[in-house]
Amino acid sequence: MDEALKTELSRQGIVATTLQDLYNWGRRSSLWPLNFGLACCAIEMIATTMARYDMARFGAEVFRPSPRQADLMIVAGTITKKMAPQVVRLYNQMPEPKYVISMGACAISGGPFKQGYNVLKGIDRYIPVDIYIPGCPPRPEALIDGLMALQRKIDAQQLTGPTRPRHLNADEPSEFIVPSFGAHDLEPSQNPGVWQAPPLVNISPAAKG
Amino acid sequence: MGSDQYLPIVVLLIGAIGFAVAPLVLAWLWAKKFSPAKPGHDKNAVYECGLESSGDAWVQFKPGYYLYAIIFLVFDVEAVFLLPFATAFTGFSIGDCLAMLVFIFLLVAGLAWAWQKNVLTWA
Repeated sequence: MDEALKTELSRQGIVATTLQDLYNWGRRSSLWPLNFGLACCAIEMIATTMARYDMARFGAEVFRPSPRQADLMIVAGTITKKMAPQVVRLYNQMPEPKYVISMGACAISGGPFKQGYNVLKGIDRYIPVDIYIPGCPPRPEALIDGLMALQRKIDAQQLTGPTRPRHLNADEPSEFIVPSFGAHDLEPSQNPGVWQAPPLVNISPAAKG
Repeated sequence: MGSDQYLPIVVLLIGAIGFAVAPLVLAWLWAKKFSPAKPGHDKNAVYECGLESSGDAWVQFKPGYYLYAIIFLVFDVEAVFLLPFATAFTGFSIGDCLAMLVFIFLLVAGLAWAWQKNVLTWA
């Protein structure tokens, strides 16, 4: 719909909208997160829901104890390799449309424990992440900013056409590979359909010649 | 005129059913038109705590509590039915009285059986 016509109509007291706008408005205004925290970032997540920061203002205060009722997974904390299969399985059990916020340095890349043998170097190796929030831990304001960024992302999504999001496309998967415990590492160590290792570039002066 | 006074109830009933069914129909139509269903192994799993369920739910339990269930029935259900029996007792015919006695006999038989099993003694 023509944007100028829309503003002209709203000036006359007539609200005009499209099905897509209505749908996106409904989804972004009722993002129910999964009641689930992995480490210290979860404390900041809890603080965000409490009275001082009040995530309820964004329609995202209803933390659901069951993945069947959740729309948003806030991966808040260090993902140990022991926990990774459970996180992926919980994500698989959430109904579409579902979104992931990777909260804090650990969930993004392993954070301060990146060199640890037992820590997953980012949840985006197994599941698609929508929003990354850096910080160790991020403050509640940062989580609210991330949530608002996710809302803007949802607002821009198309209902039809080739650029429509995953949950509206029958050909794209809703479940992702759940890793299993191998002899030395999780198998597979990443989901190649979701994450590819960045190419290694030698930047030493010797290689430059 | 007699049937007309129930018309508001019928209208309210249709409204109530429509209110409950319309969202379900809309959701179904929406899924047909835009949002395809994507069932899968994990999504259809019964257990939803992130772990794989282990073993079968259809296992045998030791029915140790059936005796308590019997005692509960004897005292609770009997009390519930004896009160109306007592209030209506003077109006009973022979047949009603016999039916009531059979009912009480069945419950007392349960009590006698529990007594014989030594359930009533405080261990």
